Amino acid sequence: MQNQKFIAGVTAIGLALLSAPALAQSIDESVNQMFASATGWFVSFIFSPFPGTAFPWIVGWLVVAATIFTFYFVFIQFRAFPHSISLVKGDYSDPNDAGEVSHFQALATALSGTVGLGNIAGVAVAVGIGGPGATFWMILAGLMGMASKFTECTLGVKYRNEYEDGTVSGGPMYYLTKGFAERGLPGGRFLAILFSVFCILGALGGGNMFQANQAHQQISGIFGGYPGWITGVIFAGVVFAVIVGGLKSIARVTEKVVPFMGVMYVAAALIIIIVNADKIGWAFGQIFTGAFTGLGVAGGMVGALIQGFKRAAFSNEAGVGSAAIAHSAVRTKEPITEGFVSLLEPFIDTVVICTMTALVIIITGQLTIDAETGNYITEGGRIVTASGASGVGLTSAAFESAIGWFPYVLAIAVVLFAFSTMISWSYYGLKAWTYLFGEGKNKEIAFKVIFCIFVIIGAAANLGPVIDFSDAAIFAMAVVNIIGLYCLMPIVKRELNSYLERLDSGVIKKFK
Amino acid sequence: MSEKYIVACDGSPASERALSFAVKQAQTTGASILIAHVLEWSPYSFLTPEELEERHKRRGEELDRAKKAVVDTLVKSVSDEGVKVDSVIKYGHVAETLVDIAEKEGATQMFIGRTGHSSIAARVFGSVAVIMAQIAPVPCTLVP
Repeated sequence: MQNQKFIAGVTAIGLALLSAPALAQSIDESVNQMFASATGWFVSFIFSPFPGTAFPWIVGWLVVAATIFTFYFVFIQFRAFPHSISLVKGDYSDPNDAGEVSHFQALATALSGTVGLGNIAGVAVAVGIGGPGATFWMILAGLMGMASKFTECTLGVKYRNEYEDGTVSGGPMYYLTKGFAERGLPGGRFLAILFSVFCILGALGGGNMFQANQAHQQISGIFGGYPGWITGVIFAGVVFAVIVGGLKSIARVTEKVVPFMGVMYVAAALIIIIVNADKIGWAFGQIFTGAFTGLGVAGGMVGALIQGFKRAAFSNEAGVGSAAIAHSAVRTKEPITEGFVSLLEPFIDTVVICTMTALVIIITGQLTIDAETGNYITEGGRIVTASGASGVGLTSAAFESAIGWFPYVLAIAVVLFAFSTMISWSYYGLKAWTYLFGEGKNKEIAFKVIFCIFVIIGAAANLGPVIDFSDAAIFAMAVVNIIGLYCLMPIVKRELNSYLERLDSGVIKKFK
Repeated sequence: MSEKYIVACDGSPASERALSFAVKQAQTTGASILIAHVLEWSPYSFLTPEELEERHKRRGEELDRAKKAVVDTLVKSVSDEGVKVDSVIKYGHVAETLVDIAEKEGATQMFIGRTGHSSIAARVFGSVAVIMAQIAPVPCTLVP
């Protein structure tokens, strides 16, 4: 009953926002102010730099964790890479388990949650500020992040809840509670609750409002400016039909089109790179030199490093804990196998797709170079670009310079990526919500309705502080999650050693 | 060694014709019949997070439905004719899975019903009957 009242309440607010844009405008302003004063301290805390530097400590936190996991598991991302590919191909899947969630499906679903605007717009921002050298650090951070993903996804499967009706729930909140209890460590439940709160906020913000907002900017960039709430209502309607109405067909179409778009994006990038094959050596030269000298960008080498690390962390979500939720549904007797599969995710997302974007921008000569010094020309901390564009506009211009009609394809890709990221995050948020408030139809619908309303708010308003806050919430998830990963990594090591031993001795057999 | 016939059954009238033809053969040769029901499934399809979560439950429901709605009644009808019968339900690519079953069960013959439609789709992509005619590991009878 309470839930229904609540739904009615939030729906009314949503309708008010639609029917009166002017009113919405004033609501925006007051929400802005309220949020800014209430959450500003949290945002500046999460993104605050190490004293005396411009390096945000949260980025350091993620990279240090990835480095520790890399050494602790002795470069697992390189050792296990071929085995991961065999697992995804289904070489080790028991044919009698056909019809269950395969490794490939869990990977594809998790990927569609992370491949998105970060790969297209975010990389352009990184290269636009940090220069080509940012690409080097981005790739390095992506390779290290593979170890973080490996750790969290193994735990996600190991400590998931399996219910009597056959459904499963997994993710950091479950391994924080159950894993800590198993090791006799205190505070697991507290961390799990904290994680869930951040996860809900992150889902509504970075996984929702930010996506809606950016998708609207991309669409209005092509069709000319029009009110954001129109995009918001359309998006919210489609999201509502999928997550509340159970219209699986739309989601299924997206899930099919998104990988296709991803492949097409990489293919287009490859074509541009191959056409400019004579510049590949030069481009990599710029990337390596830029990585250690900065080639004139603001902040020099450190500036390039910060941009690269930051972009990789934002894009592949390694260490954030979100992927552990998506991966936990796979059917396997060995939790560690899902860890192996998940380490491909930062590789595909960052090392392949993000690098393609960066290479296209560099190779098509979007970044202007001073002919005399060979350094990049900067203005106000940014490299001056050939088209004057930054962010997604820069990526678009780079592709357009080689393939005239590509910006339209890119716009469709951005919208679809945004949509699939929203669907994934609505699920992550829901899992955290049900962890906090318990399972139940009304409780679930309450969250889903709130989620849809935030789609409209995200597209309609320019709620800077709200979006900052939600980005901060996603990274706050990483603070909690990585503390948990440090405490639970011996368990993963035990699983890993036992598995590798059985693999070597032939107890674990190939089926194909 | 006694003979074993595999009959591909999806509950369609065509598959029922194949089954009754196989039963007649079995009555004269003394062969046993294995009713094979394959649910089309690809491990490379894309699912939403919610579908992932419910997959194990849905699989159970699908197997249950297939057993009750298709397989059980067919098994009973064959057994009423006095032929020794067993059944198997699998997920996978239909033709490939039928071949797997035939090889694993040591089948001596296979029976497939064909619908007789010659739609463009079937011509382009091939029907199960056509594929079986090409890849069946044992003699395969197509029943019109």
